[in-house]
Amino acid sequence: MSTEPGGDLQSSQRFAPPQERRDFLGLAAIWSAVGACAFALIGALRLPMPSVFPESNPKVKLGPPSRFLDAEVTALPEQRLWVYSTSEGMYAISAVCTHLGCIVAKEEDGYFCPCHGSRFDAMGNVVAGPAPRGLVYLELSISPDGQLVVDRQKEVAAAVRLKA
Amino acid sequence: MNPTMAPETPPEKKPKALRRFRRNLAETPRLFRDSLVRHGRPTSDRSASQAIFTNFFLHIIPTRIDRYSLRIRATLGLGVITTVLFLLLTGTGIALMIYYKPSTAEAYNSMKDIHYVVPTGRFMRNIHRWAAHGMVACVFLHMARAFYTGAYKAPREFNWVIGMGLFVLTLFLSFTGYLLPWDQLAFWAVTIGSEIAQSPRELTDALGITQWFDPGGAQKHILLGANHVGEEALIRFYVLHVIVLPLATTVLLGVHFWRIRKDGGLTRPARPVVHDRIVAQQAPAKTYGLMAVVRGRTPAVDREMATTVPAWPNAIFAIAALSMLTMAVMLALGLVLDAPLKEEANPAVPENPAKAPWYFLGLQELVSYSAFMGGIGIPALVVLGLMLVPYLDRERENIGVWFGGRQGKYVCLLSAVFTAAVVVGILAFTVTQGWLRNWYPDIPQVVITFVNPGTVMLVIFALWSFAIMSVSNSTRMGALAVFTCFLIAFIILTYFAIVHRGPNWDFYWSQSQWPRH
Ligand code: HEM
Ligand code: FES
Repeated sequence: MSTEPGGDLQSSQRFAPPQERRDFLGLAAIWSAVGACAFALIGALRLPMPSVFPESNPKVKLGPPSRFLDAEVTALPEQRLWVYSTSEGMYAISAVCTHLGCIVAKEEDGYFCPCHGSRFDAMGNVVAGPAPRGLVYLELSISPDGQLVVDRQKEVAAAVRLKA
Repeated sequence: MNPTMAPETPPEKKPKALRRFRRNLAETPRLFRDSLVRHGRPTSDRSASQAIFTNFFLHIIPTRIDRYSLRIRATLGLGVITTVLFLLLTGTGIALMIYYKPSTAEAYNSMKDIHYVVPTGRFMRNIHRWAAHGMVACVFLHMARAFYTGAYKAPREFNWVIGMGLFVLTLFLSFTGYLLPWDQLAFWAVTIGSEIAQSPRELTDALGITQWFDPGGAQKHILLGANHVGEEALIRFYVLHVIVLPLATTVLLGVHFWRIRKDGGLTRPARPVVHDRIVAQQAPAKTYGLMAVVRGRTPAVDREMATTVPAWPNAIFAIAALSMLTMAVMLALGLVLDAPLKEEANPAVPENPAKAPWYFLGLQELVSYSAFMGGIGIPALVVLGLMLVPYLDRERENIGVWFGGRQGKYVCLLSAVFTAAVVVGILAFTVTQGWLRNWYPDIPQVVITFVNPGTVMLVIFALWSFAIMSVSNSTRMGALAVFTCFLIAFIILTYFAIVHRGPNWDFYWSQSQWPRH
């Protein structure tokens, strides 16, 4: 035991052991108060969770599909994507890196990300770097007025093609 | 005259009201001073302690302080410097708030106004920026000093935990402040930061449960209020930066200081106690009823007086001198160095390289191996591990002694050399050989999440510390080893990311080799 009052004692020895409490009503009161506070807190925490996202409509009209048929690939930096048109149909690849959201750049036979050096092949599969998965393919469709529409929040399988 | 009426007071006993008024008026300066400072000149022990405990601002300091605690080697003054920087940040921050407009349309321009138009605006902004960097640096150093002097040990375990809370708050304060200028640096650093918040998806995606259970997405959405950094995110960061986090920091600081008092002052090496030696010249004017409840080596009245000195003037002058020094350095920095402001945020073109502020660069290097592990997994493990240290290492020897004595110094030195070798080795290996995906392109992401240079380092450090603990048969030595490993690894990774990472996060020997564009 130490010569000084309490100074060198471990925390378990610093306090008298708590008295056994059989006070059921007291405990019930305390725990219901704790529970009520916890529920109130969880409820309040829903406030910062947005129920509607402020972004403009994720569906964007890109103009008549014929606009994209001349070139094999058209870059749309505003929408952060590329539109490809091949003999099998059209598809769109998002330029947002799947690692931490930088914008990837197109190289001759693939893509690379300037932020942490992820590399993707021509089909968007990861070949190097920290990206956890390949680039995202976005859903394309034709609107009633005949324009090509991309949904920037809807992912599709890499094999999906839109027949123009 | 009616005998029942009270006799009139003789005029010489009670002067006329007008005359009293005139005399009071003449004496007002003195009366005002005496009502403000209700004790005499702090010349005696007694009036010196009154000077401390009758003053609201000074009474967080005890009336007498152990001589050792005032030595530079006890604290390096780091806690006080951090406090001064925090106060300085609060003051300059309020000044900046007068002109800053938290909207994407105006934020950048209002920063430019503050920098180029507002009188003293640039000066305030510079001080705010440099003090923020200084506070982060001092918090790191203060934590290291508390660790290496064993100040986390009982009865101070929980104050160490509160300290970890302050550490995390300080980093979040920096991070949220980073977005406010709305320049390229801000935008991309925060884009990366919020994607890190979302990175638990790396795991949930691999398990295929993201659809039902998506903590990553929830974190990002709560932080940004949207899918991308924009108006909503700016307002949220602003609210966090100017009110939520400073308030939380202030409350925790209050508890931090309170606990220091209640734990009997600062940690100091054990020394033989002089009991019952009366050295006080005067009987104390205050009964120390409350002080008797305080645990530990409190300067008890009439006892241990020989090892303590009155806080006035000793501690007050030391604190004042440190504050003046800190402020002088910040003023000088604010005059000669301008805080940077890049081009306005452009969501279409990332900075290349997009580097976080220096204190996050070590993490950015880890993030470049795996977003989830580097950004959330490893930092959370390190913070949790450090929080638990006071409960896992409970040895009582050499508390208050730097590195716990000669053996500890040796362990720290050895651990530093070991860590340097491991980190440099792993970095060199990764830069030259690549990692799993370069060898097995089809490897599933989960494997990389759990086996990457960052986790490998973490495991090596853990094994090393257990080895040290077992060989030295001391938990304190194990704690010293693990802390030193983290510290040195942090320093090397930060240095590496600052100097050797260039465009595309490629390796360069120096910035002069960066390709020009
Ligand atoms: C906002 C940040 C912080 C401020 C302003 C602050 C301030 C202070 C001050 C003024 C002291 C008195 C001794 C000294 O000057 O060193 C102190 C002591 C202490 N601090 Fe902090 N601190 C902060 C963060 C931390 C952190 C990050 C830790 C560790 C995780 C920590 C752990 C401690 C401990 C254990 C003590 C007691 C030291 C002893 O008894 O010797 N503090 N702090
Ligand atoms: S954001 Fe693309 S590699 Fe990190």
